[in-house]
Amino acid sequence: MDKGLSLRDVTVFKDRSPLIRVDHDVAPGDVVTIMGPSGVGKSTLLAFITGTLPGDFTATGTVWLDGHDITYAAAHQRRVGILFQDDLLFPHLSVGANLAFGLRPGGSRSDRQTRIDAALAEVGLDGFAPRDPATLSGGQKARVALMRMLLSEPCALLLDEPFARLDAALRAQVRDMVFDRARSRALPVLMVTHDAEDAQAAGGVIITLGDESPHNRITSVTQG
Amino acid sequence: MKHLAVLAALLAPLPVMADVDPADWDAVTAQAAGQTVYWNAWGGSTTTNDFIAWVGSRVAQDYGVTLNHVKLTDTADAVTRVLSEKQAGQNENGAIDMIWINGANFAAMKEADLLFGPYAEQLPNWALADFENKSALQTDFTVPVDGYESPWAMAQVVFMHDTARMPDPLGSMDALLGWAQANPGRFSYPQPPDFLGTTFLKQVLIDLLPNPSVLAEPATDANYDAVTAPLWPYLDALTPHLWREGRAYPASGPAQLQLIADAEVDLAISFSPGEATAAIANNQLPDTVRTFVLDKGTIGNASFVAIPYNSGAKAGAMVVANFLMSPEAQARAQDPAILGYGTVLAMDKLSDADRALFETLDLGIATLTPAELGVVQDEPHPTWMTRISDDWVARYGVAQ
Amino acid sequence: MSRRRLLPLLPALTMLALLGPVVAGLWGTVLPAFGHLPAAGLTGPSLDPFRDLFGWAGLPRAVMLSVGTGVLATVMSLAIVMLVTAGWSGTRVFGVLERLLSPLLAVPHAAAAFGLAFLIAPSGWLARLASPGLTGWDRPPDLLIVQDSWGLAMTAGLIVKEVPFLLLITLAALGQADAQRSVRVAQALGYGRLTGWLKTVFPRVYAQIRPPVYVVLAYAMSVVDVAVILGPNTPPSLSVQIVKLMAHPDLSYRLEAAAGAVLQLLLVIGALLVWRLGEGAVAALGRRWITAGARGKADPAVAGLALVAGAVSALAVFLGLVVLGVWSVAGFWGFPDALPDRITMANWLRFGPGTLQALGETALIAVVAALVALVLTIGCLEAEYRHKLRVSQRAVWVLYIPLLVPQTAFLPGLQTLMLTLGADVGRVPVMLVHLVFVLPYVFLSLADPFRAWDARMGVIAAALRASPDRILWRVRLPMLLRPVLTAFAVGLAVSVGQYLATLLIGGGRVATLTTEAVALASGGDRRAIGVYGLMQTGAALVPFALALLIPALVWRNRKGLRHG
Repeated sequence: MDKGLSLRDVTVFKDRSPLIRVDHDVAPGDVVTIMGPSGVGKSTLLAFITGTLPGDFTATGTVWLDGHDITYAAAHQRRVGILFQDDLLFPHLSVGANLAFGLRPGGSRSDRQTRIDAALAEVGLDGFAPRDPATLSGGQKARVALMRMLLSEPCALLLDEPFARLDAALRAQVRDMVFDRARSRALPVLMVTHDAEDAQAAGGVIITLGDESPHNRITSVTQG
Repeated sequence: MKHLAVLAALLAPLPVMADVDPADWDAVTAQAAGQTVYWNAWGGSTTTNDFIAWVGSRVAQDYGVTLNHVKLTDTADAVTRVLSEKQAGQNENGAIDMIWINGANFAAMKEADLLFGPYAEQLPNWALADFENKSALQTDFTVPVDGYESPWAMAQVVFMHDTARMPDPLGSMDALLGWAQANPGRFSYPQPPDFLGTTFLKQVLIDLLPNPSVLAEPATDANYDAVTAPLWPYLDALTPHLWREGRAYPASGPAQLQLIADAEVDLAISFSPGEATAAIANNQLPDTVRTFVLDKGTIGNASFVAIPYNSGAKAGAMVVANFLMSPEAQARAQDPAILGYGTVLAMDKLSDADRALFETLDLGIATLTPAELGVVQDEPHPTWMTRISDDWVARYGVAQ
Repeated sequence: MSRRRLLPLLPALTMLALLGPVVAGLWGTVLPAFGHLPAAGLTGPSLDPFRDLFGWAGLPRAVMLSVGTGVLATVMSLAIVMLVTAGWSGTRVFGVLERLLSPLLAVPHAAAAFGLAFLIAPSGWLARLASPGLTGWDRPPDLLIVQDSWGLAMTAGLIVKEVPFLLLITLAALGQADAQRSVRVAQALGYGRLTGWLKTVFPRVYAQIRPPVYVVLAYAMSVVDVAVILGPNTPPSLSVQIVKLMAHPDLSYRLEAAAGAVLQLLLVIGALLVWRLGEGAVAALGRRWITAGARGKADPAVAGLALVAGAVSALAVFLGLVVLGVWSVAGFWGFPDALPDRITMANWLRFGPGTLQALGETALIAVVAALVALVLTIGCLEAEYRHKLRVSQRAVWVLYIPLLVPQTAFLPGLQTLMLTLGADVGRVPVMLVHLVFVLPYVFLSLADPFRAWDARMGVIAAALRASPDRILWRVRLPMLLRPVLTAFAVGLAVSVGQYLATLLIGGGRVATLTTEAVALASGGDRRAIGVYGLMQTGAALVPFALALLIPALVWRNRKGLRHG
């Protein structure tokens, strides 16, 4: 398909033996959830998509984004955003500088500043631009991380158990915020999670990876 | 390998300068301006290092020559360097421009054609030198100088003693042995092959021999054992009563100053009559130290500077060598507050003003007057020093 | 474009910079050792050099000295460090000891040796403080302490410098050995803290610190500057004898020096092999000890003893530096006065200008060598990261080769080779040779922090469209500011402390603070040595101070990096 994220016959190997195999399309605005036991290779799949596959893994198959084959593109040219469990805000930059990191070059200083301020306002963090990221609370950090990723205008969004570190109260709040922003920007979202609640809230296709045989296949595809 | 050296020489960016004629002093000073002279000189004495630094500032001022003092622990290092350069085919712009040298090292370099010259007798200040009376200026350890090195200081062996603990001087080596046996651990000498340590050995031999003139002949397998026969029993008797029982020795002459100051020893040998006074002025020795010479006299020699054949700054080196013989530099070197070395100049050849520089010098409390210094004994042939030194290392170099 | 092709080459370039001079130097040593020295008109092969070497009366004693002091210094340093760590790690006391010992790492060996000499000599400061009150001496006793025939003073001088080094290496290894938990489990089983640590953590930790221990052994056996200052002279150690032979005007002595260098190399290799076998023996004994189940009743006593040893070692260096300082401002100071009769700045005024000149030379060489080492190191580590090269354990040993081959085994050969090729000695060759010794330390200092950086930061940055170069310069290196500055400071300190490399390859034209200071050792002028020793120490310590200050300043508003 022309728009959205497509995984065509993607198989991830560790030392020649196959770990997982996925073949699926993610339409813009949809959230596809991948679930499975620990160690089955979910995060490795995401690494393959971002182009940062660790050295002891190999993979076959192709990844298409908005009609372009990005399987062999350099990691920084793929336009695929990712959020991890930890916010991973750059500790040496202020909140505003973190956000500015992903902004496309161009535009005057004041234009860029305006966009940063707007992004902060969108998530209720007005005036946080000059702050030290280490002084923020968990929820605030998660929001900054999200907006940082969105400001770089990705064409797809990957989520690697992004809400696992948040306590129950924050969790729903941040989760809804992420899905809203993604939907409003029509981004295809691929989420890896342990939490059934996350999968329910995503409301999309759930791919469950099994662990019985070396040839892990899609054992069930259910509509959320 | 030789091709590489030739290629390197051809590609060298520096222009090949024709050796300037020492007799044309104006040409020498003209070419010297702007040159850098690397003077390889023993760096173990801080007072000497200061003096050399002063020389550097003066020649920079008067002649535009930059003097760099390369501090050596052993003059033989410089000899090795020039020898290696010659054997590697590096005949221009060697690393060394001038060496403080005498004795065996000079003999070795002269014989191996490693020196530039003759130049010494063409230097303007040579006319002021006392070569008529001081034979050591033209015969270096019995080897004729022939103008291949120019003198800058006279040295004579004296003994320093701390009168607070050792009030009386000693008149002979036998007296020294007796005193050492009565006062064990209070005397030592620098470890051969240090030149001062080997000088002590020569001094013992000269003092013990009935006829020291046999040492003017080269040492050969035939005469060595017979001539040095008195030395070894003396040392066998002396060594157990030395500082640290001869299991360790001070590494050099100046190291003994610290030992006297620390009250570790009471007696030490020195090659400079003014060294004790200079050291007292520098807080290195207590002011109770005095000097003495032996009844029969002590060894004396001259210190020279020589220019390697492959120096790239021969004109600059000659300018420095000439300045070292100037009355200003000689008077300053003789000043015991500065250095305390003897002068090579003849007082009657100086102008009245220059002579006054010397006569007004206060030689200091620990320095003997020229009259008190007594007989100056000639240095033996350099071959004696090498063989005696090697023999000492073989017998005493490994502590029992 | 060219960067992409350059980066994967950097590891090869680094190995060349490291091993090239060593191999060339060994080649330049082995040939003369078998009688081949064309520059002197001698061609081999011949066994005469070895015959001359074995004809030297002092050889057996010199060999025993090298081996004895080397092994003893290593064993004692290792024992002190292991016992102190075993008995005290995790406690506040340990933290204090660690903070005391860290700056000592930067004190150059020569300065520490001088300080120790001025402390423990019969006319040294300790004797002066105790006299005549406690000892009744009005002149120093005729005891051979400094330069003693057994090399004990020299061993002590080595121990006080190797203890901080091994301690810091051990601390780095502890992080990966999960020590605290193991000890707690052992304590729950009734073991004392020290015995528990030794039985559970020591084997793991030792496996990590094995290469640095070998480096300590090789260094201690072949050190020159400490041997000149504290070691005996009748006869000297083998390495000192080699350097003396190299300076002899008669070139044929150079062959004997080369033979000695080959012997020194064989001794070091032999000692390392014996040590390896010894490890096996100790392991076997250790296993028996573990299964015997002794709970360690003597633990508090042993731990106390070890702490005292560690504290004495640290104190020795500190007091040594203090006594250097006192001598540097001393008027006349006779025995048995506890302090000089007056304090004067005359010595600093006299020697100061000379030290500044030497400092300039030292700093120039150190900065260039450390900078090149840093660039090569970061390049190699980044190449490893980008191209997913795996650095095998064997490659790590390559880093250690320049530190394991004795300097006296290959530097003289390198000098001879350069002379034969007509290469001019001077500052640039000295920088290249310093690089050989600086690189391993810079690499080892930076490698772990560099690799420990969270790679997910890189993934995020790439997702934010930052190219690999941008990630390196804008994210990784800024976050690693403190480790980078520390590695730089380590490189500077290593270069400042180099003695033989500057002496032999500089051809006497390169005068650094260390070569000047050791040259003064024979003259015994304690005031000059005090001034030069302090300047040398300052030159090595100031970069570390800056490595602490600058990140604190730059990150004063960034809590996340304050303890990074």
